[in-house]
Amino acid sequence: MSKLRYGFVTGPVLGALWMVVLSTTVAVAMSFATGEAFRPHILLSLLWGAIIGYTISQRLGDFWGEVMGTASLVILILLGMGPLVVGEDASSFARVFAAVALSVAFSWSMHLILDDMPAKLLTRHEFEAAVIKFLTGFGYIFFTAIVLIPFYVMVLTSLKNQSELIQNPLDFSIELSKGAELFRSYDELFTQFNFGTYLLNSFGISVLTVLITLLFAVPGAYAVARLRFQGRAAFSRSILLIYMVPMIVLALPIYIAFSMTGLRNSLLGIILIYPVTTIPVALYMLQGYFRGLPAEVEEAGLMDGLSRLMVIWKITLPLSLPAIASVSLYVFMIAWNEFLLAFMLLDDPSKFTLTRGIASLNSSEIPRQHLMAGSVIATVPIMALFLGLERFMTKGLTAGSVKG
Amino acid sequence: MSDAVPPKGTGPLARLEARLAWGLLLPTITAVSLVVILPLLAIFWISIKPVSLADLRAPEVVLREDLRGSPAAAGDEATIRYRLRNSSQDQPIIGVTFTDEVPEGLEVLEVDPRCTLEGRDLSCDLGDWEGGARETLTFPVTVGQAFLDNALRPQDSEAKVTGSASNVLTNTTFTWDNFARVFDGDEFWEVLWVTLFYTVFGTVGALLFGLFAALLLNKSFKGQGILRGLYLFPYVSPIIAVAFAWIILFDPFSGSANALLIQMGVTSEAINFFGERPLALIMVTIFEIWRYFPLSFLFILARMQSIDTDMYEAADMDGASPFQQFWALSVPQLLGILSVLFLLRFIWTFNKFDDIFLLTGGNAGTRTLTVNVYEQAFAVSNIGAGAAVAVVIFGCLLLFSAFFFKFISQEEGL
Repeated sequence: MSKLRYGFVTGPVLGALWMVVLSTTVAVAMSFATGEAFRPHILLSLLWGAIIGYTISQRLGDFWGEVMGTASLVILILLGMGPLVVGEDASSFARVFAAVALSVAFSWSMHLILDDMPAKLLTRHEFEAAVIKFLTGFGYIFFTAIVLIPFYVMVLTSLKNQSELIQNPLDFSIELSKGAELFRSYDELFTQFNFGTYLLNSFGISVLTVLITLLFAVPGAYAVARLRFQGRAAFSRSILLIYMVPMIVLALPIYIAFSMTGLRNSLLGIILIYPVTTIPVALYMLQGYFRGLPAEVEEAGLMDGLSRLMVIWKITLPLSLPAIASVSLYVFMIAWNEFLLAFMLLDDPSKFTLTRGIASLNSSEIPRQHLMAGSVIATVPIMALFLGLERFMTKGLTAGSVKG
Repeated sequence: MSDAVPPKGTGPLARLEARLAWGLLLPTITAVSLVVILPLLAIFWISIKPVSLADLRAPEVVLREDLRGSPAAAGDEATIRYRLRNSSQDQPIIGVTFTDEVPEGLEVLEVDPRCTLEGRDLSCDLGDWEGGARETLTFPVTVGQAFLDNALRPQDSEAKVTGSASNVLTNTTFTWDNFARVFDGDEFWEVLWVTLFYTVFGTVGALLFGLFAALLLNKSFKGQGILRGLYLFPYVSPIIAVAFAWIILFDPFSGSANALLIQMGVTSEAINFFGERPLALIMVTIFEIWRYFPLSFLFILARMQSIDTDMYEAADMDGASPFQQFWALSVPQLLGILSVLFLLRFIWTFNKFDDIFLLTGGNAGTRTLTVNVYEQAFAVSNIGAGAAVAVVIFGCLLLFSAFFFKFISQEEGL
């Protein structure tokens, strides 16, 4: 390790690795954007990355030197001797764009990584700071890529047609000239596949689930958080335990019972089941929050002659509105995304929820862009809701369900 | 002089409070018992019953009724015919009877010895039936003018059939065959091994990725909120949407991932990511990590942000390097939340069904215990065997929970 701690060693090593990361990133991004053959050249990436890393770490050039260096990297790539190899078919614009993007991004970020690093012997502190900057950069690229790529593929697949996809699975470019034709899959889902009804079903069921859950969970959570009674600790644990019972274990008996009582294949059955699966979660989250509220305010209310129930209604509830919002959001998300029960209990296409409707699109007769369009339809509302209320959501998730 | 003694037992106020508490909890307890406790008990019961998917429909007598012959004028003869059969091929039905009303204008000439006719009410007692039994009853009739005028047919009045069949779900036939079937052979051990692989690597992976992501975002900069929202996407979106997106991304014939890998020269031919052993198992585990790292990330980040920064400044003054600070200061602080998350996620991953079911359907060596429940119950139609697997899962769950509470009670003061 200590051998690494010289500026003239650390600089080239980090530079070489960083060039591999960046050229791969640019190659993947350009491939996904244009469908053309971009790929990183690992050996040349290591070589050029090391050279540039060395010059920057030794402060060999001034500003204009840097600009010249960056420009020569662009030229190297265009000549086919750089860290990025571009296929013959790629348009010259894409080629130049990729070369410039990679060169500028590399020079700029390499400066960020190495600027505070001395040219010669490094302290452990300086060495680790550079490594951490490198890892941070890698982390941002890595996580953003793994999260975005599946969603990118989902959205753009839904805008293409089957033959285009099979011809070049990497070509996600959008022909804007097609206009409204792009959204054909969506149009067909709503006009021929009943997705309007599914959307309404899902929405209605989720809202009802939230309301019923709150109706049960708020008094329950208050009792567990505030009132003293025998078996409180045991109760609190059983909630957690029930929260952990796998759905598939319950689904079998529920399926049998519903088959025999005729509740299977009815939305009523779904509305009976969903809240019960969310009540334990909601109760657990809410009681954590209630416990954090100052008891004195409520006691003052009791002193003033309010009954317990009035205290809950007039004092506790208004104080815990943010918590209730986040619990509602979380419960809504669970109900909206629920798949297993809907899949097992609903057979009649006029009563499907959105997730069940998408599952029914998964057949060889239905083109896959319909499947992806259905997925987008299910994802967009919950994402919009979530991004709009992200503050509540993160707080709610972390505040109650697991404290730490 | 008497010493002051604290009151013993519960006072009236405490009793009142306890009663209110139970009153507030009653709706929840009722609902949860109905939908969670009752099915849990039911699953134990079903697991020792020889019940298959077809048995869910209790055997019943199917009756068809029609008028044979085409009477055109008053005085013509015709025949009322009842055809009955047992809907089940192997279950007996006991005490089969039916009653019906003969339409106005039809005079029954001859009554079957098992039946009686009072006025227009016909009732028949057909005794006990074996599985698959069939019976046809015919009644010759003469047609009167009233029948021709009314245009009422015999089938217009519905015959009422009674008969009790023994229901396999409620009778006293018990069997250990379901468990024998589950534990029999190598299959069970493979399923268990797959489940453990998936659970252990899925949990640890999600924790490590979550930790890494939390370290990235544990500083404020512009766009931090956007990135945090972005990193939560996999967890927030519907499982069905992301699972299908992955399937299409990794499709062996027209998936973008394969096209990309071939173009980069990593592989020369397409890889069947979700269809090959052992790659499929690795892929579903990676999917699990991808989908649930946001949750660990969120909790770890929340804990990190509550750590006092003074400590790090002091460590900085003392010359501790960033990695030293991480190991000596952050890790011990995070150990609590990490262990809690590990246990919770371990249990949840163990119980996970949807993800694998959607990605591979349990094929190519990815069948976990939960997928096995579905497989036995619905693909093989053996509900009893599915229930037996569910009992095994529940046993494991209890085991983990005992461990969890023992551990978490020190960790969280629950």
